[in-house]
Amino acid sequence: MTAQATSSQTWDADVIQAEGPVLVDFWAEWCGPCRMVSPILDQIAAENEGKITILKLNVDENPDLAMKYQITSIPAMKVFNAGQVETTIIGAKGKPALEADLAAYLA
Amino acid sequence: MRKVIIIGSGPAGYTAAIYTARAGLEPLVIASSVEAGGELMKTTEVENFPGFPEGIMGPELMDLMQKQAEKFGAEVVYDDVEDLDLSGDVKKVVLGSGREEEAETIIYATGSAYRRLGLESEDRLSGYGVSWCATCDGFFFREKTIAVVGGGDSAMEEATFLTRFADKVYVIVRRDSLRASKIMQQRAIDNPKIEFIWNAEVADIHGESAVTAVTLRNTVDGTLSELPLEGLFVAIGNDPRTHLVHSKLDLTAEGTIAVQGRTSRTSIPGVFAAGDVVDPFYRQAVTAAASGTVAALDVEHYLAAREAGAEDLVATA
Repeated sequence: MTAQATSSQTWDADVIQAEGPVLVDFWAEWCGPCRMVSPILDQIAAENEGKITILKLNVDENPDLAMKYQITSIPAMKVFNAGQVETTIIGAKGKPALEADLAAYLA
Repeated sequence: MRKVIIIGSGPAGYTAAIYTARAGLEPLVIASSVEAGGELMKTTEVENFPGFPEGIMGPELMDLMQKQAEKFGAEVVYDDVEDLDLSGDVKKVVLGSGREEEAETIIYATGSAYRRLGLESEDRLSGYGVSWCATCDGFFFREKTIAVVGGGDSAMEEATFLTRFADKVYVIVRRDSLRASKIMQQRAIDNPKIEFIWNAEVADIHGESAVTAVTLRNTVDGTLSELPLEGLFVAIGNDPRTHLVHSKLDLTAEGTIAVQGRTSRTSIPGVFAAGDVVDPFYRQAVTAAASGTVAALDVEHYLAAREAGAEDLVATA
């Protein structure tokens, strides 16, 4: 199961109004490390069903959101809760490191 | 137990994989979970690797190397080495996923990682306007004023690449001349968006959730000055990735893994090293690839000698 995509059009419903924590994975086609992190996030989502929702946002297609959330480096992962950014993870990391960063949500 | 495990997936690792696979040694390549492909994944066009008169994109070259290795039977796993036990005849490796592997030989080809300036502000603003990879992050600095720190080929390449996005790119150089190759220097000098700041180093980086300016220190007279910036790319070189072996293998004065003469033999029999983790001077994709071949051939000879009972190999370096 790969993470669903979100976009400027569906952002409000998908992320801001969502119930529970939502991790948005900011990525781009030309970003190698992003493509390596995506499957790791999918694994984490699969192993922690119901605890956190993972969505992908393509920054090429949605530059407005990239700018709004001051993204200056990808991969960048932002966990939203009740519409606010609660956690930010910048840069590609392996599964153990990401799980550690997201420990509070995966407990 | 395997014959050989290759740690690293840059040109050195994959070339070693091609040769050991073709020798029937069934190599396992630990390719890294997020940095597979090594330094060339972060560059655009590679124009100096022989055989490509039209140039080739770094990631594409690494993809071809990986395919070539897999074609001959190399197994590539996208994981990281968490722990390494080189003390016995049987070398043991523990991966991030928990997977454990054993082999008679190890080829250590982990390359080098970008060098940092060493400022606290650099750590704090990492990913928030401070970057070490122009191809990765340049996209986010469209129409901005940014700077690249460094005077070598990487710095020239990054600065030139960044002019595709930024309005202005300063290049902050410690001395009054560049280390870069003539052709790369000329490209940067000819670029109207690039301005050189000589005899300067970054003393501090300012900004809360984004970079707003840097303090420059003149390397000749020590005077300080402020330079408003919206991004800073650090391209001051690389340090060899030896953290897993620095207490196990002998290192050189430059911090790279010490090898005997022109072989890949390290201070531990059965452990061989190749690529930028060994070479502090040349650090090219093709020199790394060549050292991968050397390591593969050294592994072959070592294994053959062990099988023949001649444990005590003398290198003809």
